[in-house]
Amino acid sequence: MLMRHRSTQDEVPRDALPMAAGVRARRTSDFAVFAAVVAACAGAVAFLVHAEDQRLVLSTLVACGIAWFAAARFRVIAAVERGAAGHPWPTRLVLVVACLGILVVLREDNFGLLMLATVLIYATVCLGLTIQLGYAGLSNFCAAAFLGCGGYTAAALGQAEGIAIPDLAGILLGGAVAVAIGSLLVLPLLRTRGHYAALTTLAFGVMFNVFLDANEMLGGPQGLKLAPITLFGWDFSNDLSLFGMTFSFYANYVLLCLALTAAALALVGLLDRSWIGIRLDAVRLDEVAAQVFGLRIARWKILAFTLGNVLAGMAGAIYAKMTGFIAPNNFTLGDSLMMVSIVILGGIGNRWGVLPAALIVVLLPEKLQFIQEYRLLLFAVLVILVLVLSPSGLLPRRTRTLVAGRQA
Amino acid sequence: MSALAAAPAILEAKGLSVRFGGLFALNALDLTVRRGEVLGLIGPNGSGKTTFFNVTSGIYPAAAGTIVLDGRDITREPAHALAGLGLARTFQRSRLCLPLSVFDNIALGAQERLPQGVIDNLLRRRTLTRTVAALAEEARDLARLFNPDLAQRLDEPAVALGMIDRRRVEICRALIGRPKILLLDEPSAGMTHDETNQLIDEILDVQRSRGDLTVIIVEHEMGLIERITDRCVVLNYGRKICEGHFREVAADPTVREAYLGHS
Repeated sequence: MLMRHRSTQDEVPRDALPMAAGVRARRTSDFAVFAAVVAACAGAVAFLVHAEDQRLVLSTLVACGIAWFAAARFRVIAAVERGAAGHPWPTRLVLVVACLGILVVLREDNFGLLMLATVLIYATVCLGLTIQLGYAGLSNFCAAAFLGCGGYTAAALGQAEGIAIPDLAGILLGGAVAVAIGSLLVLPLLRTRGHYAALTTLAFGVMFNVFLDANEMLGGPQGLKLAPITLFGWDFSNDLSLFGMTFSFYANYVLLCLALTAAALALVGLLDRSWIGIRLDAVRLDEVAAQVFGLRIARWKILAFTLGNVLAGMAGAIYAKMTGFIAPNNFTLGDSLMMVSIVILGGIGNRWGVLPAALIVVLLPEKLQFIQEYRLLLFAVLVILVLVLSPSGLLPRRTRTLVAGRQA
Repeated sequence: MSALAAAPAILEAKGLSVRFGGLFALNALDLTVRRGEVLGLIGPNGSGKTTFFNVTSGIYPAAAGTIVLDGRDITREPAHALAGLGLARTFQRSRLCLPLSVFDNIALGAQERLPQGVIDNLLRRRTLTRTVAALAEEARDLARLFNPDLAQRLDEPAVALGMIDRRRVEICRALIGRPKILLLDEPSAGMTHDETNQLIDEILDVQRSRGDLTVIIVEHEMGLIERITDRCVVLNYGRKICEGHFREVAADPTVREAYLGHS
């Protein structure tokens, strides 16, 4: 019944006939809903990141949760999706304005900005995981290891005496090293499936950690220190002054992370709405049928794995530079599992779902200090609760509708 | 019939064997299929019909023998290369990508015409719009051959379709690659008698409209086989036990014995 309803909306002719006035009005009102929801979300994010009072945090969270399910129930989320899909450029503008708004509100909150940047780092890695796990169906339980590859690349470049490699090149190199180390896993990954592939990557993640712990050159368990980023002559350890306001130096990192996350979102979006996206879906859903219809399974799996690892590696290099210190215990199995849980919580294969999910997973344990050791328990309960109430995640993936065009 | 008998062979298996451990799923099978023919492949359960499809489409390796498709030896070709050489098939259990739209499912069959490169796919968006428009047109035409209603539902997820429409989409996916030969594995599975008859009529229409399309069909429903096939091959324990027009085959005592056992 639901399906039917959706399809009748989709059948409204878009190109052939002049658009009906009602349709145009609905599209505009959808966009207004979209803008309002983005503004509300931005406000909630800024408030949650900044709030110190734990009871306030908890009650805001509960309110957000209720609002979310009400929005899903009354099809507000569907209207938001339609509004955004109908106006691609205004959508981007609204999103940029919302991000800058959050940045302005939090401009002097060092810890808040650091957390925001961390959320974006995790979101970027999880966008990589979306390509691997969500599209191609490749289990990757060692995403933190690829994050670490990028981080340790940046750190090692900083250790090297006498060679000055620009930080931008260092970030790109972080991505390249993650791909190179990931290529060790390609063969086992192509030969295994399902739980077996998961186990392979799990073992690799553990191996990576043991290797770092034992390697004296990379600092062993003590880890390595890193200098802050300098990009195009601008030192990221300086505070920013813009429009008469002073922003904490962490705002530099938030902006850089925003750029990376935006690029990752664009990449995943382009991929999804391309023939490669359909092929990756086919590889995930039915390898045998895909093969019979002429798909080279190995080629598409390797492509998905590589793209995901590039994102993780680049995010890792920025992460290491931002925190100024990395050690093996930043990149543990637990972190990898957290990344997978972000993808699942957000809705596997929906690139936008990664953002709220990363926010919840990264922010919550930090904010709920008041229950001390039990905070991870509460966090776990929350994840389970979300998945019980909405089994395919916060933002379930929609069916790709190429024939109707962008207006899905 | 006589015109068909003179037509050149499009698919030729010689001494074809497939082994699973000690068991011969196909045992030295010789089979010739002529261009434009509708060949029925019948036999009791486990006689090797689906195995023949799987080895021909490159999913199983052949233990011995050769398969020649339109003059080219395809015995060792990997599965993904065969679609490009003109071979398409459906599966006994419907194997659509259910969460994907009907259009995505059908378009998957047109691999040869889709851009392969990453740059082409991600940055040349006009190529995407153009290929989508062309393939949507073609998919709509194909779907209309089966069911005009289906042609209106290209953007719906395949999971929303009933069994008969899923079968139709599977056949559309196979046909959009413009194959020379189509292997149909039990198209009636999971459908009612009436639905099956309807689907078969549609398949026959499509086959006739495409002149030289060759069809091999595996089917348990004998009424259907009798109605649509030009010729039948009967398998039992991986061997060919009989070959000919359905009426001759049905009258053959070895075939009766294979199906019914000793009386």
